[in-house]
Amino acid sequence: MTESGTVTGPRAVTEPEPGAVIETRGLTKRYRGGQLAVDGLDLSVPGGSIFGFLGPNGSGKTTTIRMLMGLIDPTSGTARLLGHPVPAAARTVLPQVGALIEGPALYGFLSGRDNLLRYDSADPTADPRTRRARVGQALDRVGLAAAAGKKARAYSLGMKQRLGLAAALLQPRRLLVLDEPTNGLDPQGMREIRTLVRELAADGTTVFLSSHLLDEIEQVCTHAAVMAGGRLIVQGPVAELAAGARGRLAVTTPDPGDAARVLKELGVTGITADGDRVSAEAPPGDVELADLSAALVHAGVRLRSFGVERASLEDAFVALTGEGFDVAG
Amino acid sequence: MSQAEAAVAGAGRATSPLWTFGILRSELTTMLRRWRTLALLGVLAAVPVLIGIAVRIETGDGSSPGPGGGGGGPAFLSQVTNNGLFLVFAALAVTLPVFLPMAVGVVAGDSVAGEANAGTLRYLLVAPAGRTRLLLTKYASVLLFCLVATLVVALSALVVGLLLFPAGEVTTISGTRIGFGEGLLRAGLIAVVVAASLTGFAAIGLFVSTLTGSGIAAMAATVGLLITVQIVDGIPQLSAMHPYLFPHYWMSYADLLRAPVYWDEVVKNLGLQGLYAAVFGSAAWARFTTKDITD
Repeated sequence: MTESGTVTGPRAVTEPEPGAVIETRGLTKRYRGGQLAVDGLDLSVPGGSIFGFLGPNGSGKTTTIRMLMGLIDPTSGTARLLGHPVPAAARTVLPQVGALIEGPALYGFLSGRDNLLRYDSADPTADPRTRRARVGQALDRVGLAAAAGKKARAYSLGMKQRLGLAAALLQPRRLLVLDEPTNGLDPQGMREIRTLVRELAADGTTVFLSSHLLDEIEQVCTHAAVMAGGRLIVQGPVAELAAGARGRLAVTTPDPGDAARVLKELGVTGITADGDRVSAEAPPGDVELADLSAALVHAGVRLRSFGVERASLEDAFVALTGEGFDVAG
Repeated sequence: MSQAEAAVAGAGRATSPLWTFGILRSELTTMLRRWRTLALLGVLAAVPVLIGIAVRIETGDGSSPGPGGGGGGPAFLSQVTNNGLFLVFAALAVTLPVFLPMAVGVVAGDSVAGEANAGTLRYLLVAPAGRTRLLLTKYASVLLFCLVATLVVALSALVVGLLLFPAGEVTTISGTRIGFGEGLLRAGLIAVVVAASLTGFAAIGLFVSTLTGSGIAAMAATVGLLITVQIVDGIPQLSAMHPYLFPHYWMSYADLLRAPVYWDEVVKNLGLQGLYAAVFGSAAWARFTTKDITD
């Protein structure tokens, strides 16, 4: 029996959700063919975060999301959504969760508005008296109001994606699970979605965002987890993840040969020279950068620029997996 | 009110148990707005028109229809020229073995598999529709389609019959005569019984539909099964199986035109349909509530 109506008491708007909004313990899915899609996943998504869920295609992201949404049963392990076990309490908790899973799916013979009316009426907790108004608001929010009366089969991929997002926004949600939400959108559309995600998060909604686009995650997410081959490689605040990978020392100079020699003598490793640009692994924390630049100048190396470039999430990912982020196919 | 604030308020919001039926209304309107459903109903409506016109042309010179004075051909056809109401019974006799169940098989077979195929099933389930609730909704809408399809045949036949042929007192199979009004009532009862005859097959279609993620495959399998069972039902050497086959008592609705009404086989038919609905409905439920939705 589900525990409807006893979910939470009132809480202030901006206060983050207490504890983890999504929490899995040893979550594992082995498909009938024997393929291990997700292997012992311990995921923890803090309340109020914009959580980026990263990984190449086939790394188990979508299987994980499907388990979280109660669409497939885990082979072993447990998952909790907003404090409730899924799939056992899925019907209690899912009205508070909006989802876009593996792209939008629509009834082509229905208009955009009628598609949303149908999805809304599938939710037994959705008030039919406010249905039309809520559908109208959701259409407005994703910029589809003008095309609401058009048959969905005439929609472009980007419009379908927006309609899928609108379906996730039919009700006020505490958690949004968005699987590749910017797929098929042009750069302008991507920016709009990013803005929308930030707005929703500012309202206190936790957003769980899966993507294979690293810069997208880096631009909007506060936290991230990286999956590869069905396993969770790392998770944490984006700033910490990127900090985990050391940055690069970058020197621009008309004398690259001398610069490389001097840096090598100073014990800097991983030096590569390309034209007038010399880069190297950032030195350990106890080395004062100013001493390096002084040494270079003292040796007669003329400097145009000198500094450490912050590591990107991509650097972190490569450092963690020892491989590139191959998203082909 | 912000999203989260409203969500928190929403967590404890009062919901009406009546709201749960919103999905049924949505399901029915969605089903009836599909071109395929409308096309099937159109074909079913055309059958009585064809029969009526054919009978009218053939009997235009005053002879009785069919070779040998009505000895062959579907039941009730020979009486259509005397009373237009009989076109209702004749049209149901023509459509019940193949056309009606085929239409039901298409709609039932597609009900779950078609949504899986289009990917809309996952969004209904995370809405969350609830698997049992969604399955019950699907079955209810297929049952309603059985009734609508039967009524389309019956009403089309009634209109065509009254336009092309005289109306009046109805001669029952037992030879007695009943008034036109009572005949009309019997026709309505017969339409309901014919619709009920399809409920067992509808449950089979629903079960098949939960087995696959392809709407076309489910429709083909369901209709193929219908044809196979109809063939088996027609082989005398297999008569031991016949009482257990879902179409075996379908034609028993004719007993409702006797005076007094002969209920035995009608009751057997309805019992058999109930049994099929229970068995295949449970199988569909067991399958659908444990299935991994990966489409």
